[in-house]
Amino acid sequence: MRDKSGGVTKIPTGIDGFDLIALGGLPANRMTLVAGTTGSGKTLFGLEFLMKGILQFDEPGVFVTFEESPSDLRKVMTAFDYDIDGKEESGEWTFIDATLTSSPQDVVVGDYDLGALIARIGAAVQSIGAKRVVLDSTGSLFSRFADTGHVRFELFRLAAALREQGTTSVLTMEIAGERNAFSRFGVEEFVADNVVVLRNILEEAKRRRTIEILKFRGAPHRTGEWLFTIVASEGFIVIPVSLLGTKELASSTRVSTGNTEVDRMCGGGFYRDSAIIVSGPTGVGKTLMAIQFIAAGVAQGECCVLFSFEESRDQLIRNAASWGFDLPMMERSGNLRIACEYPEMASLEDHFVSMKQVIEEYQPVRLAVDNLSALERVATARGLRDFIIGMTSFVKHQEITSLFTSTTRTLMGASSITEAHISAITDTIVVMRYAELAGEIRRAITLLKMRGSSHDTRVREFSIDGEGIHVGMAFGQSIGILGLAGGGESVI
Amino acid sequence: MSSYSFRLYVTGETTLSREAEANLRALCKNRLVDDYEIEIVDILERSALAEEEQIIATPTIMRLAPLPRLRVIGDLSDHERAARAFGLPGPAIRDEGRG
Repeated sequence: MRDKSGGVTKIPTGIDGFDLIALGGLPANRMTLVAGTTGSGKTLFGLEFLMKGILQFDEPGVFVTFEESPSDLRKVMTAFDYDIDGKEESGEWTFIDATLTSSPQDVVVGDYDLGALIARIGAAVQSIGAKRVVLDSTGSLFSRFADTGHVRFELFRLAAALREQGTTSVLTMEIAGERNAFSRFGVEEFVADNVVVLRNILEEAKRRRTIEILKFRGAPHRTGEWLFTIVASEGFIVIPVSLLGTKELASSTRVSTGNTEVDRMCGGGFYRDSAIIVSGPTGVGKTLMAIQFIAAGVAQGECCVLFSFEESRDQLIRNAASWGFDLPMMERSGNLRIACEYPEMASLEDHFVSMKQVIEEYQPVRLAVDNLSALERVATARGLRDFIIGMTSFVKHQEITSLFTSTTRTLMGASSITEAHISAITDTIVVMRYAELAGEIRRAITLLKMRGSSHDTRVREFSIDGEGIHVGMAFGQSIGILGLAGGGESVI
Repeated sequence: MSSYSFRLYVTGETTLSREAEANLRALCKNRLVDDYEIEIVDILERSALAEEEQIIATPTIMRLAPLPRLRVIGDLSDHERAARAFGLPGPAIRDEGRG
């Protein structure tokens, strides 16, 4: 440790995303308290801390379990494709079973200490040369021994012993309430140096998992609550959304929108690393816009990914066929990957992770998501905003041209909830609306914003037939398709 | 083979270790005469034995015989309670510990 020189050394946990918000990892050679409510992921955090330490950094670990039996924990980790047994055999992982055995509760007569536990941990650390130790979950110690002050003191001794042995440790602790309630046993008083809080909050009938670093004494870290998720085969993943988008590329290369008329409106096409949102009421032609954008990429031999959250695969293929696009053939060419998912099948965080996996696997040049508004069904406003920021930053980072569709809530005018969050971070907004003109419903299209480019700002009429979208003339008379024009002949 | 068999787990030569041993010996001598055995395990030297029994506190005293096994944690400073916990017969002379 080098605290005196002002900097605390950190060791990377290897937990996806966590080291980013922790600005490097957990303070080395210290104990960090990971507090959380039941089911908030404390145990998994500990298990991963040890497993990643072995897999990525060659650091053996000791797991001291007070509640769940080692065999249960081995089973838990199998679900995440981690083989604890193998690591135990190779002498990199040791369990200390400190669970209450089947025997009746021990009777306490007179004074005692937790010297046995400390000695057992010490022996295990020494025998495998452990660098990481996890104690999970210490709350049960307090219920086992009535004198909480005494237990606290013993944990303090343990922390000192672990520090002396040069280990970095995680102590998990159950907290009763969601907020400001983690002093139940006064544990933070002795490991208050470093405190991480996990939360599993029910908000607007949706669960949000968050992680927050309350403090790292003498060491910097990111503040605030960060979303995280727990995914089978991946484990614990922190989603540091606003950290993903630090690189701004601002490419000036243009890519085709898939429609020469729309290309012309954009002044030559979309920018290659831009995020485009296509906004419009249901049935106006947003999905078509997305498909022609993807088809243009496939035609040029670019790898493209289409996520559909609204329509089933069959529906999507049928609709595309009616506009003259053969999606199954594009898939066979190997340049298209279609992923259809029902929003309700997973939480937003899980969708984020699975989309990220698909994108990382296929490395597409173009990406289309149809439809963001469908995700509103499984997300809170803040969750959706984080999702959109995270996704757009992530794809921009990879220089992917991304197109997202968004449904307006009313057929005429108005914007959607989604757009309120996304407009600031997208480069281009394509507005598609129905317009009522002289007693007829027509379709109108315009570009609301186009990053640093001279584009057509007029509202044009368009039509859809078996060959796709046809953009026609600008509407001659004043027409307000955004519902803001006021005074227009027919504000729609 | 004695009727009573105890194992005392300690961590090194601490005050608690010495107190526990002295109390256990006094208790046994007073109530079991010579029908007992005491084994002392220093966890610092034989941690595997503590591992086996999942001992976390010291001193821990285990009654191995007669069955069932019983476990008591502490330095046994209260002889009366300790005797009750171990199911020992009444004392030959009045207990010396506080009780």
